[in-house]
Amino acid sequence: MSGKHKTPMLDELEKGPFPSFITEIKKARNSSAMPEMADDELGQLEKSYNSKRGYWKHGGIVGVLGYGSGVIGRYSSLPDEYPGVAHFHTYRINQPSGFFYTSKALKEICDIWDKYGSGLTNMHGSTGDLVLLGTTTENLETLFAEYSSRGWDLGGSGSAMRTPSCCVGQARCEWAMIDTMDICNTVTQHFQDELHRPAYPYKIKNKISGCACDCVAAIARADISVIGTWKGDIQINQAEVKKYADSGMDIQSDVIDWCPTECMSFDGSSITIDNSQCNRCMHCITRMTKALKPGKERGASILVGSKAPIVVGSLLSWVIVPFMKMESPYEEYIELLENMIEWWDDNAKPRERIGELIEVKGMRPFLEAIGVDPQPQQVYEPRKDPFFFWSESDFA
Amino acid sequence: MALPERQTDIGPPDYRQFLPPVIEKNYGKWSHHEILTPGTMVHYAESGDKLFTVRVASPRLLATDSIRELCNFAEEYCDGYLRFTTRNNVEFLVSDESKLEPLVAALKEKGHMIGGIGPRVSNVIHTQGWVHCHSACTDASGLVKAIMDDLHEYFTTKALPNKVRLAVACCVNMCGAVHVSDIAVVAVHRKVPVINDDAVKKACEIPTTIASCPTSAIRPNPKEKSVTINEEKCMYCGNCFTVCPPIEIHNPEQDGVAIVVGGKIGSLRTDPKFSKLAIPFFYNEPPRWPKVVAAIRNILETYAKNAKKHERVGEWIERIGWEDFFKQTGIEFTFQHIDDFTFMRDTLRTSAAFKY
Ligand code: SF4
Ligand code: SF4
Ligand code: SF4
Ligand code: SF4
Repeated sequence: MSGKHKTPMLDELEKGPFPSFITEIKKARNSSAMPEMADDELGQLEKSYNSKRGYWKHGGIVGVLGYGSGVIGRYSSLPDEYPGVAHFHTYRINQPSGFFYTSKALKEICDIWDKYGSGLTNMHGSTGDLVLLGTTTENLETLFAEYSSRGWDLGGSGSAMRTPSCCVGQARCEWAMIDTMDICNTVTQHFQDELHRPAYPYKIKNKISGCACDCVAAIARADISVIGTWKGDIQINQAEVKKYADSGMDIQSDVIDWCPTECMSFDGSSITIDNSQCNRCMHCITRMTKALKPGKERGASILVGSKAPIVVGSLLSWVIVPFMKMESPYEEYIELLENMIEWWDDNAKPRERIGELIEVKGMRPFLEAIGVDPQPQQVYEPRKDPFFFWSESDFA
Repeated sequence: MALPERQTDIGPPDYRQFLPPVIEKNYGKWSHHEILTPGTMVHYAESGDKLFTVRVASPRLLATDSIRELCNFAEEYCDGYLRFTTRNNVEFLVSDESKLEPLVAALKEKGHMIGGIGPRVSNVIHTQGWVHCHSACTDASGLVKAIMDDLHEYFTTKALPNKVRLAVACCVNMCGAVHVSDIAVVAVHRKVPVINDDAVKKACEIPTTIASCPTSAIRPNPKEKSVTINEEKCMYCGNCFTVCPPIEIHNPEQDGVAIVVGGKIGSLRTDPKFSKLAIPFFYNEPPRWPKVVAAIRNILETYAKNAKKHERVGEWIERIGWEDFFKQTGIEFTFQHIDDFTFMRDTLRTSAAFKY
């Protein structure tokens, strides 16, 4: 259909080489059974482009029976002007690990969405869910029946465990030290109740990256961050080192000079590494994968606390467990997760993230509660001031 | 028509059913990969098998018909297998090498932007904006479109010293990865919120509202059964608005965006870093935000010209020093750049060794 609104501002954004989200919104009018949704989305957006403000209300509480999360209520503040977006709720589908799909599965998702929603999606939302943008309250149960009966459950929202997500890991990446997709899937299945029925002080996120490249931004965007790593010596294949050199790579300036711990050397034909000094940063391995492979003992570092700046500043996650083996069914990791969450759930104020709680309470109570010893790997440097606490247990 | 029977707490479908056979067979046994072009790569398995990947840009906001079109490409060239990246690119997984070039040609013919692999700009992580969020004080999708139209060559062809990760967030909640991106845009408020006492009285819990303020700027106003804000303490974070919507933080004429730079996620060479403030403010200029676009190009090109190979934006800046970053980019240094909040102690200079 062609729309009822004139959108000269938005039409500007259909020009140029990068794919246009405006073209997408217009397109949704051709497939959705409710073309007025995408059309009024356009109309309202054009108004925002003119007035420089949004016209959405705070989400109300909507959802499907027995669930407290997965659906985010969204209402236009101008329902009379734009009735198509009077209700424009988000329906979060829990994505499969690694964002892999078959065309058959995706087309099925699309067919249902065109029947009961706006036809607009986010592939994917910031947390990782497959996000369906724009449906009405009355369609929610139908959507849930259609999707869940075909194997697609809702993701998390609100003060719940949020949908875990991971990098592509061992499915396609030679650097993956752990099976990120399996860990992600196992954790998601284990915490279904916590995901779907918000009962925590606030949200809690878990992301899993296979190595220190951290493609899923676990260290910055997850309260509990899992990052694959290794122990033991980097495996060197000197024949491949020579091939890199022969093919014209400047091993000294591209690899050796960038090693942050200065633990590598190259004598013109072979590489030597003082592994006791390597901090496992991954630079050399990513530049010469055929010649350098991580050590054989694989596992993960577990870091805790990262979040965006609201409210007293962003946090990156802190190292809590320097090394943990990660083998199916991941009992040790799941137990640690449960212990960390229990301490946070017992102690946090409403809307306090786990990193903020650790700042308030101190690292010691947290480490003691989860049974992890203090270790130098947890800090950049020890404290500078002379004001430190002692507990009764220190005098025993 | 009867609805199918709903199921609860089944979790996501098992990813294994969506993996192409070459991945199933070589799962966890990949040896190395090569970047063939800015938008194609090949992964070699220890078994000798090869998997080709073609990456295309996506606006993230996709209509069902566009997903169907992507699926049709996957059906014709990839036995129906495709995936999305953590940065919302689309990846076609090609097992049959003879189909690689035809797929690339077919995608190009339909106008798809192929690229984003290696030392380049990849898709921009971004948030909902005016399209869908009540909190937005800019439009993330519009900014992304304008920025990427301008930088498209850095996605499709031109190489940079290393990857450059861009992000846009439409408020300081930062649902995207703005706080750890090489170059990012974040929308900010600059005015103390306006309180509608009547509505606050009806809709808000006063203690929660007071507690929501990180700088203790909010006091009770018993006379109105509402609250007041100490203007000197407010830094416009909008947290009070989140818990109590009648505290109006939006100010269309004075809201806008800031640019932050130098964030990094991986541990390669140097530790992960937060992004830091480069430019404190631009007015919203929809539909194309020309000044923001030009400022990002300036930062990107100054980096491209001056950084060493392998250096990320933040690593380059740390090597040359922030005082030199401001000099090289010609960006003005203002009061807003000096931290007077939680990171003040860590950021003031305590050495007489610096550059001019
Ligand atoms: S985080 Fe590491 S293992 Fe995972 S996809 Fe990225 S490079 Fe590969
Ligand atoms: S992983 Fe990093 S620290 Fe270790 S040898 Fe390689 S470059 Fe050096
Ligand atoms: S960054 Fe702010 S405005 Fe944008 S989607 Fe997130 S909460 Fe909404
Ligand atoms: S905007 Fe932030 S700082 Fe200002 S009053 Fe509200 S909560 Fe406090």
